[in-house]
Amino acid sequence: MTREEILAELKKVLTPYTSNKEMLNSINEETDLIRDLKINSANLVDIIIDAEAKYNIEIDYDSADKMINVGSCVDVISEKLGQK
Amino acid sequence: MAKRVVITGMGVVAPNGIGVPAFLNAIQHGTSGIKFMPLYEELHMSCQVAGVPPFVWESLRNYISEVTFYGLKGTNIGYGITVALDAWADAGLPYDTDEPRWDTGCVFGNSAPDSEATKNVITRVDNKEVKKLGSRVVEQTMNSGVTSFISGRLGLGNRVVTNSTACATGTQAILMGYEYIKSGLARRMVVGSSEYIDTYIFGTFDSMRVLSRKFNDQPERASRPMSASAGGFVPGSGAAAFILEDLDLALERGARIYAEVLGGSANSGGQRGGGTMTAPNPAGVMRCIDESIRNAGIHAGDIDLISGHLTATMADKQEIQNWSQVLGRKGKDFPMINSVKSMIGHCLSAAGSIESVASVLQIVHGFVHPNINLEDPNQDILTIVDPERLPTSMVKKEINVVAKANFGFGDVNACIIFSKFDN
Repeated sequence: MTREEILAELKKVLTPYTSNKEMLNSINEETDLIRDLKINSANLVDIIIDAEAKYNIEIDYDSADKMINVGSCVDVISEKLGQK
Repeated sequence: MAKRVVITGMGVVAPNGIGVPAFLNAIQHGTSGIKFMPLYEELHMSCQVAGVPPFVWESLRNYISEVTFYGLKGTNIGYGITVALDAWADAGLPYDTDEPRWDTGCVFGNSAPDSEATKNVITRVDNKEVKKLGSRVVEQTMNSGVTSFISGRLGLGNRVVTNSTACATGTQAILMGYEYIKSGLARRMVVGSSEYIDTYIFGTFDSMRVLSRKFNDQPERASRPMSASAGGFVPGSGAAAFILEDLDLALERGARIYAEVLGGSANSGGQRGGGTMTAPNPAGVMRCIDESIRNAGIHAGDIDLISGHLTATMADKQEIQNWSQVLGRKGKDFPMINSVKSMIGHCLSAAGSIESVASVLQIVHGFVHPNINLEDPNQDILTIVDPERLPTSMVKKEINVVAKANFGFGDVNACIIFSKFDN
């Protein structure tokens, strides 16, 4: 999967967790999940669980800690997909 | 000086009506909300009927954000949010606030957290899938789940507490809110209770053989308080909420006032003197009612209507005996008495709050709702109460004072005196 493809799919994963739909439509690699998308920090866990199910990957705790903005999410997902 | 406490908003989700207008219509017409439950037959329950509100889950989108709605599964939480927010709007108050509402608190109860949500945890953990539980489970399995959703949505900043005293929970929640405002610690309280009886809660009562089992083929006739053919209670689910306010605050803002909470009492029979884990000590019940009357500053003769606990078990007769003895009233002098449970079953923790909504509606609209299914009154009850005090169809009548009581496992009692508001 290309980074663009992963980003497009990631947008779907993020959808139920943000009320800021306008920002979600215009996300880029710099978009911060908590600051920009106003996602409740507790929900980051749910996003990781949903991403694991969506891509059939396993995201370890250290990798999960890196998933702060859209770019780092794509990095981690891309890396885990490469390990499959 | 002690504050006077009035009711300015109500919300209800009951098996026979969702929303105050639908519930009012149902109790005036004696509409039953009891239905046959095919699942309970499949599960080999002895009782196969229940009162389940015709609740539309999607309706919650009108009350909470999409983000909160996504992942919400606890049915009792859905009921609780609905009734609390309906009551809030009914009191003429806006939902949104940037600042916490420091003068407003919440006492909201349930007898158990949602056991279907708990089952999800057990299944995941046993399957070694702890990591898949996610962040939304704790909030829905903790005892204070319902209260937390309500207080969060409304930004309540005063005391926020979850109470639990089995079937006395709802009545006690109202009483606790009343006492808190009366003492001047809060100016407004959201109070009530919410209960969803799923198969797991239902099953535990079914096993005790305290549920109705002879009317599975006639669900609407299954809940028969005070009748000779009463053979156990019918489980019900639902919720109700009140907005209680300090009278000065209600008058200042020109709020519509439904009724006044004059007083009440909560106690325990100590599981002594005939009281056990499951049966009330009559001395405790009578003391609770007597204290309520004293706290309310009324006389036993002032009570126009008793909204009883009256579940349709052997205990109905003892309850009537207790009322009669402590009030010193019998025969034609006994107050009118009715049981909402004849229409909706026994909603456990939610019984007290739903039945209190019925109590207030009877004051506001001047009527006594029917006891449905009371075709064959218990003969022992008739030796205490004249049959005309046990209405089987609606009676239009001015009602000034209602005594509402509920009694719960653990030998706990709660009683409240509601009155027509008169300034």
